[in-house]
Amino acid sequence: MPPGMSRQGALALRPHDKGVDRSPASSFIFRQKAHSMADVVVQQGRLVRNARPRKASGLRNMLGRKSTVAFFLTLPLILLIALLVLYPAFFSLYLATLNKAMTKFVGLGNFTFLFKRETFWMVVKQSCIFAVTAVVFKALIGFIVAHFVHNIPGKKQRKWRGMLLVPWVIPPAMSTLAWLWLFDPSYSAFNYTLSFFGVGPIPWLGETFWARFSVILVNVWYGAPFFLIMYLAALKSVPDQLYEAAAIDGANWWQKIWYITLPMMRNIIAITTLFSLIVTFANFDIVRILTSGGPLDTTHLFATWAFQVGIQSSDIPLGACVSLFMVPILAVAAIFILRDVSKRGNEA
Amino acid sequence: MSRKTLTRRQFVAATAMSSTALIAAPYVRGAYAAGKLSIGFWDHWVPGANDASTALVKEWGEKEKVEVSIDYITSNNKKIELTAAAEAQAKSGHDILQMPSWWPHAYSENLEPLNDVMEPLIKQNGEVNGTVKYLAQSGGKWLAVPATPGSQIKGPCSRIDLMKKHAGIDVQEMYPAGGPPKDDNWTLETFLKAAEACQKAGFPFGIGLGETTDSVDTAGAIFQSFGAELVNAKGDVTVKTDAVRQALEFYKKLIAVLPADAPSWDDASNNKWLISGRGAMIMNPPSAWAVAKRDAPQVAEQCWTHGFPSGPKGRFAPFLPYFWGVWSFGKNKEAAKSLLVHLSSPAAIEKFVVASGGYDLPAYANMTKLKTWAEEGPPKGTLFHYPDPYHRQTLSIAASPAPPKIAQQIYFQATLTKMALRFAQGEKMETALAWAEDECEGFMRT
Repeated sequence: MPPGMSRQGALALRPHDKGVDRSPASSFIFRQKAHSMADVVVQQGRLVRNARPRKASGLRNMLGRKSTVAFFLTLPLILLIALLVLYPAFFSLYLATLNKAMTKFVGLGNFTFLFKRETFWMVVKQSCIFAVTAVVFKALIGFIVAHFVHNIPGKKQRKWRGMLLVPWVIPPAMSTLAWLWLFDPSYSAFNYTLSFFGVGPIPWLGETFWARFSVILVNVWYGAPFFLIMYLAALKSVPDQLYEAAAIDGANWWQKIWYITLPMMRNIIAITTLFSLIVTFANFDIVRILTSGGPLDTTHLFATWAFQVGIQSSDIPLGACVSLFMVPILAVAAIFILRDVSKRGNEA
Repeated sequence: MSRKTLTRRQFVAATAMSSTALIAAPYVRGAYAAGKLSIGFWDHWVPGANDASTALVKEWGEKEKVEVSIDYITSNNKKIELTAAAEAQAKSGHDILQMPSWWPHAYSENLEPLNDVMEPLIKQNGEVNGTVKYLAQSGGKWLAVPATPGSQIKGPCSRIDLMKKHAGIDVQEMYPAGGPPKDDNWTLETFLKAAEACQKAGFPFGIGLGETTDSVDTAGAIFQSFGAELVNAKGDVTVKTDAVRQALEFYKKLIAVLPADAPSWDDASNNKWLISGRGAMIMNPPSAWAVAKRDAPQVAEQCWTHGFPSGPKGRFAPFLPYFWGVWSFGKNKEAAKSLLVHLSSPAAIEKFVVASGGYDLPAYANMTKLKTWAEEGPPKGTLFHYPDPYHRQTLSIAASPAPPKIAQQIYFQATLTKMALRFAQGEKMETALAWAEDECEGFMRT
């Protein structure tokens, strides 16, 4: 607690803590106090700044500016992104304009070539099916489980949170190998279990439907905990008073979700969905390990097909071209989702 | 502290004396007077096999006074291909890099011609097979030297007991240890009947229909047995031919008796299929047998590696060689060539074969009857016919004889297995052919 801050004031900043009177009246008083304290702090800062003798040095002024300090603090990250993200991105743009032997500039020739390929359009369709289905299920499962976890009291909740995060913290290349063994044609644990019920054997990775089902299942298993943790954080920031008020008004559980939870979580849902959509769209390891794109290319995604075309078939410009196709699709999704977020931000 | 100044006269005298001393000094040959050499070798899956490479390189380095460093690069997840791509782009990297089958052609512009190495080696070790020439020669120029480590034939590895019991074929009698094969009746027709019989008995042949090399290699040999080429040596698309149609009809019958999930198999699936005891035959080098020796000895005792069945146009076996290439931007090319000669000597080749338990295959005609293959077991002689000691098969690679840069794409896009699978799953013959033709036309990019 900062010196001079009253116990009441500190509590007001954390209205959900145990032992706090959460009635609307007391909450109002706490907020007022906290607000007035914040003013004092700001005024103190201003006083100190005004008392400081002015220096003529422009450099010192510049260095003293918050924005300059912020820039220098973020500089290492900016450099890292420039080196590992911007440079490869621009280099792949350059590569995409070369011929297969990388000796000649062909402009948009590679792109027009791709438009005529049946497999390319199949990959576009599959990437959309994979990403949209996986993100919807991840969001749904994350939302439901976040509610369950939110309702678990105290210490037990911490244990559940830890356990449910396990799929997300294991490197996917490793966990996908475990899934590969579960789906394995010779030693499938799933088929072994199903055989006791007279079902199967199911060609998990050998038929288009089951292969797509399997890669989406593994992606959902891996990604749902991310949604869970984001939604849980969002749920915890929804003030209880709103639910209490809704309960007084006679709202049922569905109305509480529809009129309170969802509107309060909208921005988090939008950002999480966008982030997950980008990562899922660019997925490589799960498909590469489970199916290598098969059977009959029906599970290929942009990244896996780009690898097959670019590295395995030694056509690096075409591979770069395939991977670049993700950019416009994701850009459109990002514009729609982020526009909505900023609109709500302005309304607020 | 006194400060001593250097006069101009003193400076000139000192410089002249130092220069004279340097020029007149006797030449001292250091421990590594012939420079440094950096090598990227394929990381062998057989425990201890890398030690043979290390020992041979060390022996050469000490003799030639070259400081050598070796990186063993795994082929898992195409790490070697990625390394080759990165080094070719950066024009910097190892002096010698071991690369898989198609890569010498893919990087032909960046590789040092090795005619002065290959020509004496052929005189010494015997002629190399056609696939090695196809993959490592361009316009009379040798792009790389065939490496013994990692090179393999992916022929049939049969279960002696199951083939005898269910298909009525005694593979040991057909391919006797120590003697020439009696394989006149070992045709694709017999092979298909055996596949059907074993499938009926619950032990289907484990042949993949996926997009990885094992699946593609088998398809390649079968297509070649019918004379079926998707693109010919001149680079013309030749998909819509009777030979391709015949091969597809055969494959359709074969696919009907393969495991249901064969379309998803990778290069480990067939190994697991054999080791689990669920299959009567797979198409693989003896790696599956070697693992079975450790994990399922009762299965290993019943394994016999032998030749491929013959088709209307001959007996073709899938051969997948590795190569050692020398980058043209390498810093010590003469030393690299000298080392490659050393690694290709008969004594070195024998060491590689022994260290890998018979898995590694030399590409030279005189090196196919080493005693390792005769002695390995159980059962003794199981590997005798693995290196095709009587040269009964045409060692080939899928998608040949198309120009290598086109063939590489047919190979890695698995056009053969995909086309066969499309047809087997109900697509009309002409539709499947049209799809393959369109794919091949797409591979003509330069």
